[in-house]
Amino acid sequence: MDKIPAIELRNITKTFGGIVANKNVCLTAEKGEILSILGENGSGKTTLMNMISGIYFPDSGEIFIDGKEVVISSPKEAFDNKIGMIHQHFKLVDVFSAAENIVLGMQDTDDFNMRKYSNKIRQISEQYGFDIDPDKKIYEMSVSEKQTVEIIKVLFRGANILILDEPTAVLTPQETQKLFKILRKMREDGKTIIIITHKLHEVLSLSDKVAVLRKGEYIGTVITAQTNESQLTEMMVGKKIDLNITRNDPIDPADRLCINHISCVNREGVKLLDDISFTAKGGEILGIAGIAGSGQRELLESIAGLQHLNEGEILYNNPKTGKTENLRDKTPLQIRDMGVRLAFVPEDRLGMGLVGNMDIVDNMMLRSYRKGKSVFLERKAPKSLAEDIINRLEVATPSASTPVRRLSGGNVQKVLVGREIASSPTVLMAAYPVRGLDINSSYLIYNLLNEQKQKGVAVIFVGEDLDVLLELCDRIVVIGQGKISGIVDARNTTKEEIGLMMTKSPLEEIKEEDGENE
Amino acid sequence: MIATIINRAVMQGIPLLLGSTGEILTEKSGNLNLGIPGIMYVGAISGVSGAFLYEQAVGGQVNPALAILIPFFSCIIGSLLMGLIYCFLTVTLRANQNVTGLALTTFGIGIGKFFGGSLITLTGSDIPSISLSATSKVFKASLPFVKSLGWVGEIFFSYSFLAYLAIIIALAASFVLNKTRIGLHLRAVGENPQTADATGINVSKYKYVFTCIGSAIAGLGGLYYVMDYANGVWSNNAFGDRGWLAIALVIFAIWKPSISILGSILFGGLYVVPIYMSNISVQGVELVKTLPYVVTIIVLIITSIRNKKENQPPASLGLSYFREER
Amino acid sequence: MNNILMKIQNPLFHITKRASIVWWKAWIIRILAVVAALLVSGIVTLALTGLNPLKVYSTMIEGALGTSRRMWMLLQNMAILLCVALAITPAFKMKFWNLGAEGQVLIGGLATEVCMIFLGPNLPTGLLLLVMVIASVAAGAIWAFIPAFFKARWNTNESLFTLMMNYVAMQIVSFFTLLWSVPKGSGTPRMLEFGQLPVIGGQKYLLNVLIVAVLTIGMFIYLKYSKHGYEISVVGESENTAKYIGINVKKVIMRTMLLSGAICGIAGLLLVAGTDHSLKSDTAGGRGFTAIMVSWLAKFDPIFMVLTSFLIVFMEKGASKISEVYRLNASFSDILTGIIIFFIIGCEFFINYTIKFHSKSEEVRK
Repeated sequence: MDKIPAIELRNITKTFGGIVANKNVCLTAEKGEILSILGENGSGKTTLMNMISGIYFPDSGEIFIDGKEVVISSPKEAFDNKIGMIHQHFKLVDVFSAAENIVLGMQDTDDFNMRKYSNKIRQISEQYGFDIDPDKKIYEMSVSEKQTVEIIKVLFRGANILILDEPTAVLTPQETQKLFKILRKMREDGKTIIIITHKLHEVLSLSDKVAVLRKGEYIGTVITAQTNESQLTEMMVGKKIDLNITRNDPIDPADRLCINHISCVNREGVKLLDDISFTAKGGEILGIAGIAGSGQRELLESIAGLQHLNEGEILYNNPKTGKTENLRDKTPLQIRDMGVRLAFVPEDRLGMGLVGNMDIVDNMMLRSYRKGKSVFLERKAPKSLAEDIINRLEVATPSASTPVRRLSGGNVQKVLVGREIASSPTVLMAAYPVRGLDINSSYLIYNLLNEQKQKGVAVIFVGEDLDVLLELCDRIVVIGQGKISGIVDARNTTKEEIGLMMTKSPLEEIKEEDGENE
Repeated sequence: MIATIINRAVMQGIPLLLGSTGEILTEKSGNLNLGIPGIMYVGAISGVSGAFLYEQAVGGQVNPALAILIPFFSCIIGSLLMGLIYCFLTVTLRANQNVTGLALTTFGIGIGKFFGGSLITLTGSDIPSISLSATSKVFKASLPFVKSLGWVGEIFFSYSFLAYLAIIIALAASFVLNKTRIGLHLRAVGENPQTADATGINVSKYKYVFTCIGSAIAGLGGLYYVMDYANGVWSNNAFGDRGWLAIALVIFAIWKPSISILGSILFGGLYVVPIYMSNISVQGVELVKTLPYVVTIIVLIITSIRNKKENQPPASLGLSYFREER
Repeated sequence: MNNILMKIQNPLFHITKRASIVWWKAWIIRILAVVAALLVSGIVTLALTGLNPLKVYSTMIEGALGTSRRMWMLLQNMAILLCVALAITPAFKMKFWNLGAEGQVLIGGLATEVCMIFLGPNLPTGLLLLVMVIASVAAGAIWAFIPAFFKARWNTNESLFTLMMNYVAMQIVSFFTLLWSVPKGSGTPRMLEFGQLPVIGGQKYLLNVLIVAVLTIGMFIYLKYSKHGYEISVVGESENTAKYIGINVKKVIMRTMLLSGAICGIAGLLLVAGTDHSLKSDTAGGRGFTAIMVSWLAKFDPIFMVLTSFLIVFMEKGASKISEVYRLNASFSDILTGIIIFFIIGCEFFINYTIKFHSKSEEVRK
């Protein structure tokens, strides 16, 4: 082993105000090698790669390229070291052609000649098997074409080390196959490829080595050929931690919300929800687990009347009238007028659930301001509600007339959840309600959800921490790529089982049928 | 007759062309500069002041080269300063572009009218009005053999150098925008400053440089109007709404300087055609003058309904860019 | 991890957005800006005219407030400017850039004139006034609704659209001014005898001032205490939140612009029937644009707008006195107004952002 690695990280540590994102991470990748970085959401994969591509700067630790220590403090310096990163969110100008985007920002001294550039792009495409028209505009492209442009952009600048952040998250299985073939070709060409992922099958079928991160810590690197799914899952999710969240048994649960075969596609024709069916019962907490971006947001928004569906129905059983009604394609107002008391704590608290520049009282009114026939607002009730929430949930705020954007994350969430619960809902949906919250606030939220469950509310909890999901929920729906990969009883399952379901990729169903996609 | 109409239409169109070319370059950097009318006033009055002081100093015996260079550069400096004020407020201090632009127009027109009305008092000279006939004569000089060419000469060769310069500037702007690396970078800044920034383009620098260049070009439009069209006679309200027409022309030309050339002649034509229509009433002329604006509104509506990406305003138009906001 | 950190090498300073600022600090910054603006204005005055700035300022105060007639003129001008500012405020608060107030005022004035000319001789005064109010409000509202409709339906750029509508309105008004001028075609606008707003309390402009005062309070209440006003705030702050709670954003845009145009129509009525008793294409006098600054500087608060409109009208009146006394051009006021506005809009930066200077390279929070 006297080869000099293409890139080597030694003891990289990075903290974001108190929170450790990466701790003593060590990695090496050789020339002509594909290295997977595996880890759950929030395990620090992207942070680590951002330090290699010059977006962040490590607190301590060293980076070696071809055996020489380097300092990378801007994306430009990353390029100078022949490192290129393909981000999850593409950085492209919509109205430009592929070629224009690829050469954008380059400061060559030679003359500017688009035809020459187009030829060079075609040459790169041929070399690696890309299928791209340099003159096509970005806005006319599918997601996978845009990704191709990003990859070529990096190759065009002569990168030898390519970092891809969740490259398959937005791709169809066929497109994923195609991408893998290209990546293998690059490997043959001597490039070093680092791919961030949490899909085990992809890791096993593509990479040479796997480095696993968990909650910011470096767990270890294994040779792909010498490992298997269960070992990787264990490394990734770790041992179960006991959180001591109280959980009562559901009291005569009744079907409240039946989701029947719903599907929706985005503008590019990618299926965001694909034939999803499940039932949420009153008096229980239904967890939704899945890798971020698997369709959780679309699922909740389609129930809340914010997302147009292409297929399926959302049936609501009104416990008061006993009637069953279809909520599909209704506006939020129509849903409310039908007598459906739906509470929704969205993921984007200040951008959707609340108005940051308004005070707590005015934010209380968001749901209730329409009440009454008067053209004027009634601020008395919202004011006492605000004060009630401040007292009961111990919101740390100077007063009820403080703009919510000045509150800390935990207090913002208390205000939002407090308001949603105040409408005595029959269905309560909460997306990542404890994200970014400290432990005390998190437990307060768990208690509130449990309280609602005891009252017979159907609670839907979208979470990312499997330990929490396992202890808080009664049943867990696991989704992956917009599809249901399983519904399990939270009392009789294990972290590994859910972890495996989450990372189950459609790849295994397709079984690498290369011939068809040529 | 038709040749004369075209000739007048072009002369009416040139200030609009310069104004709109300047504004296109500015808007391509993402800055909606509604200060253009004010900048054109300042461009005009700076040129006038330069020429006035020079003429007063030499007593009417002007040196042709200086008679051109002095007003030309005072015009450019004046309008550049206006562009700098706009950039400092909107780019560096991230002030609202609409409010800044409108304030700049108030300010610029104020400067134009103030100096236009007070230049004589301020310098204590004893002439009744600002009439820079000597300078204007130099500016208006056209090719000597034009007369012999008949209508061809009248339509194509009878203009002064600023008119041809305006067309060259528009063509050059078109070339820079579409065929050069700088143009590519500029368009990227106006479309998506975050992406431009990520690829290493200095967003603020591009905004500053092109807004200032744009202002200088627009200022020349004011200068052309006074020196050529108005024969060097300054009168406070004569410039009218040409600044706003220039902004309308930007939309009409869907942000393409080459279309702006034809558009300016069309807009100019709408100004002059009523003069040659025998059966149109005085008030009818006023209605004809709504046409450029109505046509512009229609273009604006059609482009938004068709929603073709290439014909939309630059995507970040009107928004300040702050790197730390994503 | 939503916080992105960026490493900047050897930066002299870096700029971050403030989370909040104590109200009195914000006001100190604003007051400093006005003081700086007055200083610069003084220097400019000195440089241009060689006059003693202090004397200039005292002349200004005298020119604006010196006699009761001048005070009434100031109040009248303030009232109209404030009225237009009130009109555009709901639209701006919704982040709909209504740059078309000038045109909306003119069209409201034109509708008033039509009523005064054609219905004036035939209707009893009370009924005539009622019809005039309805006509001017409707005309202004329709003129404003057109761009709002296209914005709501096709997302047509509203600032450019409303801007263009101004000049269409101006030319239409020029057309009618010439058509109805006496003698015909002379360009002298016709004096409108019927339907002038009544003089109350012996003061010609008192009614105008009172109407605008009522409008100011009304708009303050509308924005702060009505359900519509609340919806406008939510749409302006975050369209996502508006959709989340089921606000029909398109409806709010169109409804608010109808209101905005309607109040512009009233401004037109006050100008034509209550002040000038005639209509020309420059009757609105650029107030559609000045009003934007009035509203913006007051942060869309109708009560503060009384202050900012006073400031601007005071500058205008004062500066025109200077030009009269020192035989300068009246546009001098525009230069001074421009300088003051530049300083005030510039100072908002120091309220919203902080600048941190540091010597060695360090991490910058994104």
